[in-house]
Amino acid sequence: MPRRNDIESILILGSGPIIIGQACEFDYSGTQAVRVLTQEGYRIVLINSNPATIMTDPEFADATYIEPITVETVEKIIEREKPDALLPTMGGQTALNTAVGLAERGILAAHGVEMIGASLPSIRMAEDRELFLAAMQRIGLDMPQGRFVRTLEEAKAAIREIGFPAIIRPSFTLGGTGGGIAYNHEEFLWKVASGLGLSPISQVLIEESILGWKEYELEVMRDRKDNVVIVCSIENFDPIGVHTGDSVTVAPAQTLTDKEYQNLRDASIRIMREIGVETGGSNVQFAVHPETGRTTVIEMNPRVSRSSALASKATGFPIAKIAAKLAVGYTLDEIANDITRVTPACFEPTIDYVVTKIPRWDFAKFPGADDTLGVQMKSVGEVMAIGRTFKESLQKALRSLEIGRHGLGADGKDAVDVTALDDAERAAFAQELRTKIATPRADRLFDLRLAMQAGIADDELHRITGIDPWFLAQVRDIVDFEAVLRGHTMPGA
Amino acid sequence: MQATLVLENGTIFRGASLGAAGTTSGEVCFNTSMSGYQEILTDPSYCGQIVTMTYPLIGNVGVNDEDVESVRPWVRGFIVREYSRAHSNWRAGGALEDYLRAQGIVAIEGIDTRMLTRALRSGGAMRGLITTDDLGDAELLAAVADVPGISAEDLAAAVTTRERYAWTDTGAWNYSDGGYDGPRYRVAVLDYGVKRNILRRLARFGCDLTVFPASATAADVLASQPDGIFLSNGPGDPEVVTYAVETIRDLVGVKPVFGICLGHQLLGLAFGARTYKLKFGHRGANHPVMNLRTKEIEITSQNHGFAVDADSLPSGLELTHLNLNDNTVEGFRHRELPVFCVQYHPEASPGPHDSDYLFRSFRDLMTV
Repeated sequence: MPRRNDIESILILGSGPIIIGQACEFDYSGTQAVRVLTQEGYRIVLINSNPATIMTDPEFADATYIEPITVETVEKIIEREKPDALLPTMGGQTALNTAVGLAERGILAAHGVEMIGASLPSIRMAEDRELFLAAMQRIGLDMPQGRFVRTLEEAKAAIREIGFPAIIRPSFTLGGTGGGIAYNHEEFLWKVASGLGLSPISQVLIEESILGWKEYELEVMRDRKDNVVIVCSIENFDPIGVHTGDSVTVAPAQTLTDKEYQNLRDASIRIMREIGVETGGSNVQFAVHPETGRTTVIEMNPRVSRSSALASKATGFPIAKIAAKLAVGYTLDEIANDITRVTPACFEPTIDYVVTKIPRWDFAKFPGADDTLGVQMKSVGEVMAIGRTFKESLQKALRSLEIGRHGLGADGKDAVDVTALDDAERAAFAQELRTKIATPRADRLFDLRLAMQAGIADDELHRITGIDPWFLAQVRDIVDFEAVLRGHTMPGA
Repeated sequence: MQATLVLENGTIFRGASLGAAGTTSGEVCFNTSMSGYQEILTDPSYCGQIVTMTYPLIGNVGVNDEDVESVRPWVRGFIVREYSRAHSNWRAGGALEDYLRAQGIVAIEGIDTRMLTRALRSGGAMRGLITTDDLGDAELLAAVADVPGISAEDLAAAVTTRERYAWTDTGAWNYSDGGYDGPRYRVAVLDYGVKRNILRRLARFGCDLTVFPASATAADVLASQPDGIFLSNGPGDPEVVTYAVETIRDLVGVKPVFGICLGHQLLGLAFGARTYKLKFGHRGANHPVMNLRTKEIEITSQNHGFAVDADSLPSGLELTHLNLNDNTVEGFRHRELPVFCVQYHPEASPGPHDSDYLFRSFRDLMTV
């Protein structure tokens, strides 16, 4: 089906200011959408409160409003601009929540504005955990056991069934704000109370802990003819328990056989169809038990996400641009592949390299902030690097972080030179590290290297951190090579 | 231990040995699938070929007893960029390196597989040789010059079953159309190098299978009173397997026929179409194919070096599936007879399951 001619102007919602949990990834997607839809000849009305974005440059949209992204403001803009359609999937959770508000209050219907790229029922089904759980049950997919609660009393009843540790997830919050893990009653009640306050619908999910499981993400596109493609698979270096935005992530998945990968692919496609995302991209997250392979769905985002930017650049498949074209009626086979130019976008990228993303934290700027990592995102940015091996991409990414490190060791910048310690000192240092790496922190990757140098075996590191033995072996390769390098002297030195 | 790969165009790659010691030769080809190396190693369609994976990290998930497509690996050799000495997967039963050695597969790691792939894309499929012997350049070039081309051998005869056998296993992975308990169908499978997942999928869709050697005659096959006949995938040049074409001519029109890969090419030849060698073939798990009847697109698993020439399709055949990357023939059906086939692999393994419906189509064809 070609371009829709029954709509002429489209309102695009941006994502607002850059905050922890939401960096410039939605400027990237929004800019792509504005550009491609302008090229398609639509009149684009844009709203974004953040002037430090590319998308708000005057040459991009036909009308740009630097205004708060709230239901009230957007309603006024709709009254004035009278757009035919609203595209809410490019501006992250802020845009999606605002669009839901506009639809629920009847504002879109009153002004004859059609929501494109996602529908209200599918956003609700994906975002409302109760509806999502029911949807997953309908298509036979496993999810962690969970109970939705609206009061502390309900929460106390739920925790008796689920047990500790338990995950607390407030509904409809940005970047997992207010979420947490509770290991005891006191912590639990405090976090539930805080979550209820933060959730716009005062709802919190108390969930079975899948801490330590392997975490995967798939980036999926679907068009109105029901063609579905998987753009990219991503595996988290850190096991479940660390927010994806705070985890080192790797594309493609590294430790799944084809049978297991196809199982996730099939599940993602079923989820797209059941949730009813008809024109655009989504992100689906899975947890896989490292010993049994039990696979559960964590969540899906019916919109362009943080991972879409990574997946786009990792594969060359411009997710936001194509999602925007799908939203106005094109199908995947009608859109050209940006890389080859002669084949269609209806394909699944295959890559001959490894992509690693490492988050960047800035705890030094937040005195008193707790630098442990959990289900609430704390990083302020990220870097990505491409290499022909995981080790190459990891080293390049570490260099790119601009934290003064030139890679995992061998850069003369260690606070402690483990190789210079005597046996007793090394044993004491190893003991210190055992405690430290048990909790995910910003510098855990560097601590893993030190732990290996201090003599802790991969088996034990896996038991302490839950990090997959494959990733540990890769880090070990770098550490071993550093030792080889140390055995040589510089010519002429 | 060191290992060397030499191509017929004179390019020499020096790397490290990964599997068995020795020398091996064959047609060098590349596969772009990012997962499924164990299925690829054991796919009989790779008989006569040395396979390089374009994905650079291989061995990550080890090997297990389930993800095999036949009794043993059939590749003549294997080439990887970086072998992962550690493997991690809850189903892994061992390391790939040990498996290759035990199975006598000569393999090389640590060479620039991207450069190799680019050479194969621009120069076309090439004969090559891997050796762990310490040979000089002149000796390597002389050795590779003696390697026969892929069309010189009847490779289907090398991989087919010696004796007929029955098959009922449906496999552990039930990804669609589960719980079929309708009528059963007797299906005769002509084995030109059949992948087990084809047998598993046919069984899952209600077929009781008898697998016949490639040399079986039409009379042998029909004597088993089948409801339908399946023509399998297999290695090499379809034009070499003349006896199979004869047999197929005697079977079409008698019973419903479904063919995959080499089976599709042999059906083409049986109906008077031509086949030709592709420059570097289609091997991977991401090929978009359009079903011309529904206009839907399937992401398919592919492994073929030959193809049916679209211009040679007789009027009795209808093109049903088209490759969107290069517009080559991916499937056809007969306009009157109950005969259809695809060039690609609906059984996946490795690859996506988008085309699983074809097994149901075959069952439907037998139901009528």
